[in-house]
Amino acid sequence: MSDSFKNFNSDNFDSDVLKSEKTVLVDFWAEWCGPCKMLTPVIEQIATENEEKYIIGKVNVDECPDIAAKYGIRSIPCLLYFKNGKVEKQSVGVVEKAEIESTLESI
Amino acid sequence: MKRNIIIIGSGPSGYTAALYAARADLKPLLFEGSQPGGQLTITTDVENFPGFPDGVMGPDLMDKFKKQAERFGTEIRNQKIDKVDFSGDSLKLWSGEEEFLSDSVIISTGASARLLGLESEKKLMGYGVSACATCDAFFFKDKKVFVVGGGDSAMEEAMFLTKFASSVTIIHRRDTFRASKIMQEKVLNNKKIDVMWNSSVVDMIGEPDAGGLKSIMVENTLDGSKDEVICDGVFLGIGHTPNSEIFKDYINLNDKGYILTYNNSTETSKKGVFAAGDIMDPIYRQAITAAGSGCMSALDAERYLENLHI
Repeated sequence: MSDSFKNFNSDNFDSDVLKSEKTVLVDFWAEWCGPCKMLTPVIEQIATENEEKYIIGKVNVDECPDIAAKYGIRSIPCLLYFKNGKVEKQSVGVVEKAEIESTLESI
Repeated sequence: MKRNIIIIGSGPSGYTAALYAARADLKPLLFEGSQPGGQLTITTDVENFPGFPDGVMGPDLMDKFKKQAERFGTEIRNQKIDKVDFSGDSLKLWSGEEEFLSDSVIISTGASARLLGLESEKKLMGYGVSACATCDAFFFKDKKVFVVGGGDSAMEEAMFLTKFASSVTIIHRRDTFRASKIMQEKVLNNKKIDVMWNSSVVDMIGEPDAGGLKSIMVENTLDGSKDEVICDGVFLGIGHTPNSEIFKDYINLNDKGYILTYNNSTETSKKGVFAAGDIMDPIYRQAITAAGSGCMSALDAERYLENLHI
């Protein structure tokens, strides 16, 4: 995994996601979630291509049920877009790369 | 550039078609669509795919399908085809604004979970409403959930949910299930599962940004009386519908929306357009039969292209 694609957890979520000055994209996933396995490589690619522009990473809902619960996640894959610590946009299910890029662009 | 062959869809039929077309040096272009890997990606163990005596995880199997298609040069795009025009000899397809031309097309867009068709259901999808128990059950630990449907898929969802939820209630609009005997017995003997017979869900109440689903409105199908029931989740298990909407103006479908094929082949009513997998199969709908018809469609397309270029 490249350095540009981060692993968020309870220890770094506050500092790396909520306090970030850049737009942050968080991918909620789990080992047992088939569609997540299709989506996560796409997110990782976006992270590698936009290292300077955005902060992009994933949250394993098995390891961090507290973060998933805090944001009311009830279905994965789920993407949350943060700006200044607030959720600006949210999407559920597999989304195309171009759509994710244009959402990031629009925030 | 005009392509020899474009394949729409990435389930067992799409990837098998791509594998055969790539090995025939047709340089296929495949569009993954909105559910890359198809329906098997939302299952767990697949125990009936030959060649895997110990079973295989659905997503892993699809990953192998994809790699094998890629190995022989299939070009795969993580895009969805949203519009086609099959009225002329040159077949036109669009993904957003981007236009593609092809001499032949294989449609393997499969089927998607059927929804009830309520506005509130669309709004709350992913916020308490789900069509995939294996994906979402995890989020309903110790919660109260309902399953809509009376077939095998509803029974399977209910059984799976008992591992997580505190209570599982199946809502069915008739007084008997259509599911297989063995599944019915499993469900009816499970103490964690209740059944609301002769009932249908007519509304879902809640807001996505205010905690999601709060309750459902259940109508008694015998006397029409309505009752609001508090719940945390609703899982839909009411079958599947073929993803044929964008093709309906150009090729013949049956009354349920499945693509009709002719001459014991995968030919559709439009020359150069072939159909494979669940999109043309209302009967068997298995991974192995989809892969089989995917293979047939590539061979049919190959023969069609040979005759076209003479």
